[in-house]
Amino acid sequence: MALELTAERKQRLAALVGRYPIKAAACLPALHVVQEERGAIDAEAIEYVSRLLDIPAGRVEEVASFYTMYKRKAPGRFHIEICTNLSCSLMGAEHLREVLARELGIQPGQTTRDGKFTLSEVECLASCGTAPVLQVNGEFHEALTPDRVKALLGELRSRAAGG
Amino acid sequence: MAGERLLTRNWDTPDAVRLPVYEQRGGYKAARKALGMSAAEVVAEVKKANLRGRGGAGFPAGVKWGFINAAAPTKYLVINADEGEPGTFKDRVLMERDPHQLIEGCIIASYAIGAHHCYIYIRGELPKAAKTLTGAIAEARAHGYLGRTCFGQPFELEITVHRGAGAYICGEETALLESLEGKRGEPRLKPPFPAVVGAFGQPTIVNNVETISAVTHVLERGGEAFGALGLPGDGGTRVFCLSGHVKKPGLYELPVGTPLRTLIYEHGGGIREDRALKAVIPGGSSTPVLLPEHIDAPLSVDGLKAVGSLIGSAAVIVMDETTCVVRAMWRLARFYHHESCGQCTPCREGTGWLERVLGRIETGVGRDGDVDLLRNIADNMMGNTICPLGDAAAMPTLGFLNRFRTEFEQHVLQGKCPFGGRFALPAGWQA
Ligand SMILES: Cc1cc2nc3c(=O)[nH]c(=O)nc-3n(C[C@H](O)[C@H](O)[C@H](O)COP(=O)(O)O)c2cc1C
Ligand code: SF4
Ligand code: FES
Repeated sequence: MALELTAERKQRLAALVGRYPIKAAACLPALHVVQEERGAIDAEAIEYVSRLLDIPAGRVEEVASFYTMYKRKAPGRFHIEICTNLSCSLMGAEHLREVLARELGIQPGQTTRDGKFTLSEVECLASCGTAPVLQVNGEFHEALTPDRVKALLGELRSRAAGG
Repeated sequence: MAGERLLTRNWDTPDAVRLPVYEQRGGYKAARKALGMSAAEVVAEVKKANLRGRGGAGFPAGVKWGFINAAAPTKYLVINADEGEPGTFKDRVLMERDPHQLIEGCIIASYAIGAHHCYIYIRGELPKAAKTLTGAIAEARAHGYLGRTCFGQPFELEITVHRGAGAYICGEETALLESLEGKRGEPRLKPPFPAVVGAFGQPTIVNNVETISAVTHVLERGGEAFGALGLPGDGGTRVFCLSGHVKKPGLYELPVGTPLRTLIYEHGGGIREDRALKAVIPGGSSTPVLLPEHIDAPLSVDGLKAVGSLIGSAAVIVMDETTCVVRAMWRLARFYHHESCGQCTPCREGTGWLERVLGRIETGVGRDGDVDLLRNIADNMMGNTICPLGDAAAMPTLGFLNRFRTEFEQHVLQGKCPFGGRFALPAGWQA
């Protein structure tokens, strides 16, 4: 089955393509938009971008695999990405990673069985002055402590339960 | 905060991201002024300011602009907003809190080099900054400050925000250009430099977010006056990123040449729990570490070179006496290994080796000769790669080895990490 995007996304994509002197340059932005729709970059997503931009599917595949933000598999409902680079680690990030792993019962790189949480360890998120930090679905949570991490998890759990 | 604030002057103003507020505070005067000058006059003003690039290499912006082939019909300005160097967080905040300052700088720089399209390559992990910028660009366009004409002058300019997708290497300017063209972010061989063959095969100037934000103030006050705030040959103010074991981490805009000690002890409030200072990385993770005896060095391109390090992205990471430097370097080596694009063997293999050898030293299974092995690996990487990422991994390794050799040797001799194999927990945290 071919991939269909929402009208709004299609429009946004068409506008994006027009911003470059060559169509192929819209590859990264196009992959972002398609991933928004699909949650991940699968074979159909590759096919869609390849046709849209007139570039071989193999090349789109190569690009998609180079960048960490393009996911092979959709993450859980809440994707928790904790920075453990130096400034964050100096402020306790390694310990917070353990707290998260213990509370969620998963290791970095894994998703909880109910599909609600994915935990990842990431590199510096450009927020070192308020270390330690993490992002949930791209949104920052800063100056964390073990208690604040637990409170955050509680909040996310009740949001997940609320539907 | 001591001294005058230019780049951060709107940070405490509510709604400064909105165009009318920005304009009320003096915004968009500099761009109007620039468009009334000749392009060559604008370049001359930036040269007079001695504005050194804020992205890492410290190259004078005006001189770089002078390299562009003025006769070429199509030229591009590309803003490096890929901020990924560990310890660095100024560009994100410059975009989130004062996007029009950057847009104004883009207008001035594009006019000076004769570009009619400017791409802002923003790190994918910063959706809020991207959204703020996109909104501000739309606002500027609606006011007639961008588009077919700028401020009613016959100068056409479009600005496009281009989101990256997670790859530190795309901060390197030629990898960034590859990525902008829709490809894998693999650095190109230089020469040719971007000013000759850049984006889409055309002459291109790549500048950092802070560099271009500062250009707004160069035009507002005049190059000489801006330059005079800093040092001869290294002008103006910079936004320093202070993180790690200080009481008040954060962003501090200070004149170029401010001593490292003033940043740490006056602005940063000193070391947490009044502990002793052990080590400072002065310019982001790629720059060699310094000792307490070096902190009277002025924060400038030459000032840090004189003590064996680099100003880099002005990201100062402070480590107190509880810090295991082997663990610190191990974490950085893991980062460089993860981020190596893999094109060159010395970098791909070298970063992997550094991570493995540092890992075994830190976890107590280091072998005799491992400390020399580290030095050998780093020496073999230096200068043998397509882009400077190889050096960026080797330089801090050599820095730590030079300044803390005994601590590495102790790890191997004792067969364990003398610090218990972890970073000390912040006060009040339970293990
Ligand atoms: C591995 C690597 C990563 C880099 N990352 C960045 C970055 O995130 N932001 C940046 O402005 N410059 C970065 N640079 C420096 C750029 O290559 C380039 O020198 C800079 O964008 C030029 O702008 P400037 O002259 O205004 O400083 C990086 C360089 C290397 C080698
Ligand atoms: S030095 Fe490393 S990152 Fe740079 S081109 Fe070579 S392999 Fe890629
Ligand atoms: S080190 Fe964690 S945000 Fe920079």
